[in-house]
Amino acid sequence: MTRKQKRLTIIAGLSSVVLAAVVFIALAMSSTAAFFVVPSEVQERQLAAGQAFRLGGIVKSDSWKQTDTVHDFLVTDCIVDVAAHFEGIMPDLFREGQEVILEGALNAQGTFEATNVLAKHDENYVPKDMADKFEEKGLCPGHTDAT
Amino acid sequence: MYTIELGHFALILAFAISIGQVGVGIAIWRAATNSGVAFMRNASVVQFVLVAASFAALMFAFATSDFSLLLAYEHSHSEQPMLYKLTSTWGNHEGSLLLWVLILTLFGAAVALFGGRLPRKLHVLVLANQGLLGAAFVGFTIFTSNPFARIAAPPIEGRDLNPILQDIGLAIHPPLLYIGYVGFSVCFSFAMAALISGKIDAAWARWVRPWTMASWIFLTLGIAMGSYWAYYELGWGGWWFWDPVENASFMPWLAGTALLHSALVMEKRNALKIWTVLLAIMTFSLSLLGTFMVRSGILTSVHSFASDPARGLVILGILTFFICGAFILFALRGPSLRAGGVFAPISREAALVLNNLFLATATAAVLVGTLYPLILDAASGIKISVGAPFFNLTFGALMVPLLLVVPFGPFLSWKRAELMSVVRRLFGAVLVAVIVSIIFTAYTWQGASLLPLGFLLAFWVMVGALADLAERAKLFRVALSTSLRRLAGLPKTVWSTAGAHFGLGVTVLGVVVVSGFETELITTMRPGEQAQLSGYTIEFEGERLLQGPNYITEHGDFLVSKGTGTPRVVASEKRNYTARRMPTTEAGIKTFGFSQIYVSLGEKTEDGGRVVRVWYKPMITLIWIGALIMSLAGAYSLSDRRFRVAAPNRSKKSAQKQMVGEPT
Repeated sequence: MTRKQKRLTIIAGLSSVVLAAVVFIALAMSSTAAFFVVPSEVQERQLAAGQAFRLGGIVKSDSWKQTDTVHDFLVTDCIVDVAAHFEGIMPDLFREGQEVILEGALNAQGTFEATNVLAKHDENYVPKDMADKFEEKGLCPGHTDAT
Repeated sequence: MYTIELGHFALILAFAISIGQVGVGIAIWRAATNSGVAFMRNASVVQFVLVAASFAALMFAFATSDFSLLLAYEHSHSEQPMLYKLTSTWGNHEGSLLLWVLILTLFGAAVALFGGRLPRKLHVLVLANQGLLGAAFVGFTIFTSNPFARIAAPPIEGRDLNPILQDIGLAIHPPLLYIGYVGFSVCFSFAMAALISGKIDAAWARWVRPWTMASWIFLTLGIAMGSYWAYYELGWGGWWFWDPVENASFMPWLAGTALLHSALVMEKRNALKIWTVLLAIMTFSLSLLGTFMVRSGILTSVHSFASDPARGLVILGILTFFICGAFILFALRGPSLRAGGVFAPISREAALVLNNLFLATATAAVLVGTLYPLILDAASGIKISVGAPFFNLTFGALMVPLLLVVPFGPFLSWKRAELMSVVRRLFGAVLVAVIVSIIFTAYTWQGASLLPLGFLLAFWVMVGALADLAERAKLFRVALSTSLRRLAGLPKTVWSTAGAHFGLGVTVLGVVVVSGFETELITTMRPGEQAQLSGYTIEFEGERLLQGPNYITEHGDFLVSKGTGTPRVVASEKRNYTARRMPTTEAGIKTFGFSQIYVSLGEKTEDGGRVVRVWYKPMITLIWIGALIMSLAGAYSLSDRRFRVAAPNRSKKSAQKQMVGEPT
């Protein structure tokens, strides 16, 4: 092989790998990215049961019922409440009246089955996605934590 | 105390000197004279001494709980143990930035002191570029994030440090990580100097490689330490979350690993020059991007503290300036660089190109996953989250072919190689890897799955690394004593390559085993009750209320035994830090061989029991042990004389000699 051919072989090989990787990354992104949704958008977006997304809102006061490791509570944006269900240990900072972000999907009954609960790390921590969305939509104006 | 003002003043002085350093550097370069080099070197050292003094002043204020310092008031407490008082210095935005700057100037001083053999022009340009970085970041610290702000009427008590950070991890993780991150600034400065002077050759790669190696070692340790810290402190039992902040440190690591390998090609064969310079720029750009993401407040995590958006804009400006400046310079000067040695599609160079290809693509995948949600949000307001599923899929898929080819690299000869002869020589290694994997699979059998393929991959990398040593020692082909003598005589770099690749295999094995065989149990236990998990018995002994220096804690004692072995005590706590009224969970971890039992205390139940979460993490420690092996292997190669001695006029000859002399 000449110098030029060698170089072309290598370049062609590399480009095909890069191209394959780009396609692969794009496909992976579209199939795994989860939308961030507040309760009042759950209806309007017509999310199918089983489709993974992140639900963000405030844990409604006096709605948290727990038996050992089974938790049921309502997540609200002061307009719509969504029932949520979680089995496991709640993070230390999960409290009623505070923001929470849940990862999971709706079940056939329309309850949000959370696989993961994200509460605040410390008192300065405001889930940014949620703060932005609450502010933009003017949800829960009196809720100091969400701003 | 006057020390605070002295520290503040020292920092301002360092800022002035760094500006002077840039100016004088440019003047020396334009004037084509050699005078003034001494100034550049002294300026770099003095700058470091000043920043160190300023950092010491800050630390002193924290150590003495001087709450007239706003930062100490906001982030420390007089009842903290001394260690945490000291580490509180960088457990906040301003202090952590000052630590970043301290390490930047430390590297500047190191280049000034150890770069005596560099061509003077190059040395001046490198130091001028370090000075520019120093000016930007010292300036950023002084004008937007000044740690020396005072309170006129000092409060009696401080507001305490975020309890999650009150751990020995804060003493180790940030300094290690920053040394790694910021160390790449030297590679960046070398790349800029090379582009400005237009002179890039094998000698350049020789000077850059030790700095790359040193940074890489610390970054590896820093990331591993961060991972272990998150694992035991956050109480969720996870060791890697693909959190944007983790990704921010992982991207420079991937790019740095690629740089380490491409600089090797450049040093030995004078090829891949343009790519290596580009990688040096990209690696530090990713470090800067990481700093931006963590320090600007566009992300929310334990790392970001509370920061104000104005800082984000300034740091974005600095980031844009350096990255765009570097790329513009690269675009102008890159094409004028002469292409170096040619090589065949099957050769060690080609294998290293493949390595770079997969590492660069993996970096891109992580970058896309990390930035896409931010960009999409800024552009359209749509909020999505890209999490573990995306990264596991893309990163995992890219790592499989990379790991497959790792053992081939050291076996291929430079320039052109015979694939068949390499395959023949590696056949033994394949056989051993398969046999070990079969034994391992049988030993850990829990039903059919794809895991054995993962084991095979890990053992292939490990055995392949050892096979390289065996091959070079002519093991089993000559007398054992001759082999041992050959082994002892191998260059340190050969040992370090084998060691680092072996460590990689160890980490992969840990990842595969823990992902496949991890088990978890969530249950309610009353004192005296027992639970079973994967052959381990966990007994809840009972709990008591204890008082710590600045917290109260519900302390639960457990007895864990493997099979019929002697029970060992594990304590898990739920702490409440009084100053911030913030609860944390302290996991109880016990190591059995390479595996761990992880106990996390949950809420109290009404009938006097406890919700308890127990994980069995088989072979999880291998993940960090592997990283440790990789760093040690890197450190061993740094002790090689050939790595350090780089007299410019001899470099070309010795590089050739080395090429010939090296067993392939």
